[in-house]
Amino acid sequence: MSAHSPAAAHALPQLPKAPTGIEGLDEITEGGLPLGRPTLICGSAGCGKTLMGIEFLVRGALEFNEPGVLMAFEETAPELAANVTSLGFDLTDLQERKLLRLDHVHVDRSEIEETGEYDLEGLFIRLGYAIDSIGAKRVVLDTIEALFAGFPNQAVLRSEIRRLFHWLKEKGVTAIITAERGDGSLTRQGLEEYVSDCVILLDNRVIDQITTRRLRVVKYRGSTHGTNEYPYLITANGISVLPVTSLRLDHAVSSRVVSTGIPALDDMFGLRGYYEGSSVLVTGTAGTAKTTLAASFADQICRDGGRCIFFAFEESPAQLLRNMASVSINLQAHLDAGRLLIEAARPTLNGLEQHLVTLHRLVKEFRPTAVVIDPITNLITVGNLNEVRSMLTRLIDFLKVNGITALFTALVSGRGLQQEMTDEGVSSLVDTWISVRDLEGVGERNRGLSILKSRGMAHSNQVREFLVTSHGIELLDVVLGPTGIVTGASRLAQQMQERAETLAVQQEAERRDREVERRRRVLEANIANLRTEFESVEEELRQISANEQSRRQALLSGQQRIAAANPPAPGAPTAESGQ
Amino acid sequence: MDPFTDPLAPPEPASPEYVLHLFITGATPNSTRAVRNIKDICEQYLKGRYELLIVDIYQQPDLAQREDLIGVPTLIKRSPGLVRRLVGDLSDWPRVLKALGITPSGDEATPDEATPYE
Repeated sequence: MSAHSPAAAHALPQLPKAPTGIEGLDEITEGGLPLGRPTLICGSAGCGKTLMGIEFLVRGALEFNEPGVLMAFEETAPELAANVTSLGFDLTDLQERKLLRLDHVHVDRSEIEETGEYDLEGLFIRLGYAIDSIGAKRVVLDTIEALFAGFPNQAVLRSEIRRLFHWLKEKGVTAIITAERGDGSLTRQGLEEYVSDCVILLDNRVIDQITTRRLRVVKYRGSTHGTNEYPYLITANGISVLPVTSLRLDHAVSSRVVSTGIPALDDMFGLRGYYEGSSVLVTGTAGTAKTTLAASFADQICRDGGRCIFFAFEESPAQLLRNMASVSINLQAHLDAGRLLIEAARPTLNGLEQHLVTLHRLVKEFRPTAVVIDPITNLITVGNLNEVRSMLTRLIDFLKVNGITALFTALVSGRGLQQEMTDEGVSSLVDTWISVRDLEGVGERNRGLSILKSRGMAHSNQVREFLVTSHGIELLDVVLGPTGIVTGASRLAQQMQERAETLAVQQEAERRDREVERRRRVLEANIANLRTEFESVEEELRQISANEQSRRQALLSGQQRIAAANPPAPGAPTAESGQ
Repeated sequence: MDPFTDPLAPPEPASPEYVLHLFITGATPNSTRAVRNIKDICEQYLKGRYELLIVDIYQQPDLAQREDLIGVPTLIKRSPGLVRRLVGDLSDWPRVLKALGITPSGDEATPDEATPYE
């Protein structure tokens, strides 16, 4: 500790911390456990106290190069080593590399006879020797309370334990002391009185037959810390405290768009698809082809060269493949190509947190560009609404931060109670919300699809009817009837009626065309008549005029002849007088 | 067990009846009291029948783990009979004698009340 105090004295008084390396715990404690001080971890049986202690040591040794000492009061060294082998911790190897020392303290009441005054100096010497022999920086005392079973003299024990913790502080080792949870107090023996720097409480609760482990930092002197109860899990890689949602909304966004997998649905969006990295919710009542919509999307992602994880909470992979093949969505090909991963599990298989961890792990391993969860509403069988909501918040957050497009389906029961689930629960978290529902008319049921919202993108306001055909989902064109949009049989009726009307109109037009033609022909005939008549009149008139002309000609020539025969008297206008 | 050579061990012949190991921590009051008590008990009840080894675990800290010591001083009776561990400064003579399997028979000092050092 003293080595760190100069640094702490200068800059802001930051408490020096020892990172645990345990997933999530360092985030909650904002850096780790208080360096050089003891931390109390208490919890009931089966919480993973010992495991947390061992992981603290193993990670310290492997990741932070801090050797550690484990003093176990309950389990022997071989037992401990065997117990944590399944988590990939090789204690024997660490011991050989002088990164770890195990010391099993055997306490047996029947073997101990108190014969006078004593102290626990033996323990101190053992621990001191172990620490010095490998230069340990970390110490775990696993259930020191076992001493209370072996030594009846409580007064001595308490003062010695107090002295031990003080001594550990002086040694400057970061220590974890585990203790069993007591009734009404944090620990059975009230150890929290002695360890006052940091207390972490582990809890193991069974609600509705499903176990969830939770962790809470009860106190952390000199540091801020997350105050909530955080679920944690014991996974194949050790303890994983979850999760750690980023509390800020500062993830990067993409303006690229991915197709929905259904061309006609693309058309309903202004940019022809969903934004990459956004979250999409498809809600609908039972049997409204939510899964098919989801599968179309997954199919499209894979065909565009992306990778997709499909979490199926209702169907087995084989069933899903078969059903989707029936609507010409060939997921098998993508599965074979390694682009698609179908993870099917019953929601009740494990707690919400386990699902979340599975998802985290798969996302990390598979690196998908899109994730489909079908349906999220099934998770409600596992937890209550609040828990599901907080899990989904974390999930959506996690996916968004990683830029993964997410599509969730959710079952709603009409105007039932669960409508709230989507209204309050997730809808505010998702960017795009598509609603599919039954449009129940007279004697039939049709499926309608509409976009309730799509953040940052223009979208159609229409309710489109769609059909699930053997070629996939087909959106039908909007048919407007006298009372609005019509669907199903009334759509057909409407279409037939329209067709009949069109035909009638066409026939009417043709009839009118013929009438015009007829008129034209009549008129033309009339015109021809008139022209003929005119021609004959003209002919007659021309005849008369020609006759007149010839008559005048004849007259004129006659007069000339007369004049030639009778020369005129000089100066007498004979011609006129002759007329 | 490895035979510790300690100057305090009495020069007894081979295979004494009682083999006692006392682990102490330096010259703390508890330790010195324990040493005095065990020596007196041995002299009084086990004269010539015992081998006493007194170990200062400050000098040999690795022994603390090997012998699984917690409370100090600790007296370990290796023989005869079962191994027994006596924790404390051995002031409670009746308990010590009982644990060691010594019946304070009449030929020794007062059978009922031995006089322990305080």
